[in-house]
Amino acid sequence: MNLLTVSGSPHVHGDNSVKKVMYGVVYALIPAMLISIYFFGFDAVRVLLISVAACLLFEWLIQKYLIKGPATINDGSALITGILLAFNVPSNLPIWIIIVGAFVAIGIAKMSFGGLGKNPFNPALVGRVFLLISFPVQMTSWPIAKPLFSSVVTDAITGPTPLGILKDGLRSGEKVSDIITQLPSYLQQLVGDMGGSLGEVSAIALLIGGLYLLIRKIITWQIPVAYLGSVIIFTGILWLVNPEQFVNPLFHLITGGLMLGVFFMATDMVSSPMSSKGQIIFGLGCGIITVVIRIWGAYPEGVSFAILIMNALTPLINNSFKPKRFGEVVKIDHK
Amino acid sequence: MKTFKLGGVHPAENKISENKAIEVLPIPKQVQIPLGQNLGAPSVPIVKKGDEVKTGQLIAKGEAFISSNIHSSVSGKVLKIDNVNDQSGYKRPAIVINVAGDEWEENIDRTDTLKKNITASKNEIIKKVHELGIVGLGGAAFPSHVKLMVPKGKKAEVLIINGVECEPYLTADHRVMLEKANELLVGTKILMKALGVNKALIGIENNKPDAIEHLSKLSKEYEGIEVHPLKVKYPQGGEKQLIKALTNREVPSGTLPIEVGCVVQNVGTALAVYEAVQKNKPLFERVVTITGKAIKNPSNFLVRIGTPISELIEACGGIPDKTSKIIGGGPMMGKSLVTPDAPIVKGSSGVLLFDEKESKRVEEKACIRCASCIKVCPMGLEPVLISQLTKLEMYEEAEKNNIMDCIECGSCQYTCPSGKPLLDYIRLGKFKVGQIIRNRGKN
Repeated sequence: MNLLTVSGSPHVHGDNSVKKVMYGVVYALIPAMLISIYFFGFDAVRVLLISVAACLLFEWLIQKYLIKGPATINDGSALITGILLAFNVPSNLPIWIIIVGAFVAIGIAKMSFGGLGKNPFNPALVGRVFLLISFPVQMTSWPIAKPLFSSVVTDAITGPTPLGILKDGLRSGEKVSDIITQLPSYLQQLVGDMGGSLGEVSAIALLIGGLYLLIRKIITWQIPVAYLGSVIIFTGILWLVNPEQFVNPLFHLITGGLMLGVFFMATDMVSSPMSSKGQIIFGLGCGIITVVIRIWGAYPEGVSFAILIMNALTPLINNSFKPKRFGEVVKIDHK
Repeated sequence: MKTFKLGGVHPAENKISENKAIEVLPIPKQVQIPLGQNLGAPSVPIVKKGDEVKTGQLIAKGEAFISSNIHSSVSGKVLKIDNVNDQSGYKRPAIVINVAGDEWEENIDRTDTLKKNITASKNEIIKKVHELGIVGLGGAAFPSHVKLMVPKGKKAEVLIINGVECEPYLTADHRVMLEKANELLVGTKILMKALGVNKALIGIENNKPDAIEHLSKLSKEYEGIEVHPLKVKYPQGGEKQLIKALTNREVPSGTLPIEVGCVVQNVGTALAVYEAVQKNKPLFERVVTITGKAIKNPSNFLVRIGTPISELIEACGGIPDKTSKIIGGGPMMGKSLVTPDAPIVKGSSGVLLFDEKESKRVEEKACIRCASCIKVCPMGLEPVLISQLTKLEMYEEAEKNNIMDCIECGSCQYTCPSGKPLLDYIRLGKFKVGQIIRNRGKN
């Protein structure tokens, strides 16, 4: 007989693994990826490939030559960062800017903290916000969606997103009801036929991916429900107060990066709180900050900033909102 | 269907021996009966080298309050009292007896007739349970008489009989419920009488429909006993989880079940209590599952305490070629053994053999803070946090984060996608924090 293995219990392990979790997220991103390729064509493929390749390369280089640890690029995490970064930029972004974004996302936001699991902020969002602040012109000239196989023959026409149009219109004193007539219809917005970053345009595709994540139990309901709920309630109240100055909640839900942020970035497990209560607080915070920035901020969109700000609060939330304990009635005296 | 609410996992059940009727394992040539079999203080031997003993004869006394008597499981001659490798992997004192025949103490009733009528008084029952060395047979081996002596100021309201058997692979309790149903129901009535309660709930997980049906039918003849099917979820066999599932009462942190009026006993214990009180039979044999995917003939054996585990393996067709882990108990909470010669003790519910592949842990990766361990923790703790605090030797912080509430069920480590050895650290942390708490008491 062989020597016996001796180890502590449990002696069995469920079949969950980091790889399964990460590739689950990748599968959930596929519907939005297909929609982005449909609307933005070859440009979308270009941005996705470059972003993913650059993220994987930076992770591999840093892991090998700086951290000097075992290769981690096949765990799926850098792949997700690559896809999410691509999803957060316009399809006509120059290659070198994408590479800079990938470096900031992987090199600075992730690997400098020690790699997978150690980053306090969502890497793709750090990359995106860095690009937004550094290259505001390139980052905010969105190509108009141009479906594949459509007969429209136009050269790359760029324009603002619906949120941008709304913000500019309100600034110049127009009424919401007038601005809305210049925008794509709700149906177009829902499927993604509008200007915007690659992966954020189609609320419906993102919702499908989000539901897949919920069903596979890769994410829990707390953050998405609290985030969407607080956006609906906050914008709903404002809309009821003055519908000519504040647009309706539906508009807020299906435009901009909200759906992408809610299901794929706020729920990033590494940078969000761990207890159910903490996740609800986190979601509420994200929702409120998003609306405040969208309505009163300088930028038309606030999802990225909202999530990054709440990422910073995550350790505090983890400390303050503990899970519900079993038998938590007796206060333990530590003296 | 009833179950506990907080946390829990559902590992593959693998109850491969569930249809194997209990067989009597032949008595081995030699038994090693450890002196420290129960939770609490070890027992003190009252026999010496060369003494002749009979089956069922008292050979070691439990002198402390939480301690228990030990009886010879065979007849023969005491070879020595010496240190042997027990299931913990340490050498600990045991009484080694060379077997000669099988001569039982005369006062033990060896007939199979069911003795339903309970004549013993409350105090006589507790005395018998104490004298005849009954301990909890679910695994922890807590002396049963201690649980029956309700502390002043507390009141027992309901007896809970644990037929959950939530550990994968194990089927000993399942077989007892099928084959010794009447005996265990009488045992339950005896326990009810000892506690002065008129209600007993038997909790059985829904993966044992035959046991649920059988006991439900028979229990109609026993007043006050109800059988409740439970949704399959680990660790439902944990006292606090079972009480929550059946009564919706939550045992406060740091207290015992009696705090909410409950006393929990295992089905095997109820059977042992029946045999002790009605048949005058000490606890010297028990049902043990021996199982594993590679074993030729997974079985449920009635085994004399002190029988080497290797004898059970032989009786199942020998040790499979690639065996590389032998577990005393189930896969979630059992201990991996250093040697197959370790003896069966009162708390042994099963023996599980794993091959090389099954024995390996998954590769450890970085924590991705997915909070799975928090979601599955049945005590509502943060396993990732308290294991990290232990790693950093921040024991006071670990205590504040309620490390002592951990029941060591292993759900966290089972579910961790990063393959972190969470429970290894938490166990160490509990040991260290336990030391700190005891020292604090001294100052």
